Amino acid sequence: MDFAGYDPVGSRQSRGIVSAKIVVAGGFGVGKTTLVGAISEITPLTTEALMTAAGVGIDDPSKVPGKETTTVAMDFGRITMAQDLILYLFGTPGQTRFWFMWDEIIRGAVGAAVLVDTRRITDAFAPLDYFENRKLPYVVALNRFDGSDLYEPDEVREALAISADVPLVMCDARDRESVKQVLVTVVEHAMLRLQAEHGRGFPTPVG
Amino acid sequence: MDPRRDPRGALVRPYAVTRGRTEPSRDIALEAVLTSSATQVAESRFAGHDKYRIATVCEGRAQSLAEIAAYTRMPLGVARVLVADLVADGLLTLHTAAPAEGFEERMEILGRVLSGLRRL
Repeated sequence: MDFAGYDPVGSRQSRGIVSAKIVVAGGFGVGKTTLVGAISEITPLTTEALMTAAGVGIDDPSKVPGKETTTVAMDFGRITMAQDLILYLFGTPGQTRFWFMWDEIIRGAVGAAVLVDTRRITDAFAPLDYFENRKLPYVVALNRFDGSDLYEPDEVREALAISADVPLVMCDARDRESVKQVLVTVVEHAMLRLQAEHGRGFPTPVG
Repeated sequence: MDPRRDPRGALVRPYAVTRGRTEPSRDIALEAVLTSSATQVAESRFAGHDKYRIATVCEGRAQSLAEIAAYTRMPLGVARVLVADLVADGLLTLHTAAPAEGFEERMEILGRVLSGLRRL
């Protein structure tokens, strides 16, 4: 395949192919990589980042005996939507202490899906706090595990203390259609948020 | 020898291929995509083995910085320095340097992603 129509001659930086990314967060073992794998056209890949001097203050290496560097791994997948449009799905590192890596992952992201296991609901608190703090639009996706149907969505919403405008969807991280619906919800929510923020830039009639 | 048992640690060696530089000459997002033409790949042969591997990965199929790092098994920071060099030398074409900033542009991309997802 070539990239006919997007001749880069004279311009090393082209707007030819646009890429977007959606972040998938949640506690360890909640099914982030399963979710990415259910819809990605490639087997989820892993990229590793070494923690260098920049990360020293965040995760003091002296507290990890015999280990001078830390490797942070993140899984991601890809959906080529058109010849000039690619969507990437990035899973956040399991350990929430690697915030510097999260900042890198969410930069420029469309939004995020926080995958929640109702048996370990507190695992979702850190990602929720983080996305709220960074003003990244997010949706909550309840992954169906055995026994997870014991909770009503409203109960989960209350337990997570998320506001009414945050979409909450049920999902099966193994099921492509279900995952697709989660991602659609993320993008729709991001569009609503963007529109609302844009609207706020103009004077609103009072009365 | 198992590199993990090297008493000097693993900090220095990954960046040996960048001659010790850890700061890329330009910022490249994880999802920024890069391509290379046959000519660019051929020319990258003279840029060293690691850069040539990167150019090869991007030939004929757009690859993100994250994919390049994964396929070449380079740490992300190392791949970013080499990719930035390749772009600066005209051996790779960078398509999305920075996320869209303007409202119209962002809405357009979101709309395209949304319809793309619905079509899946």
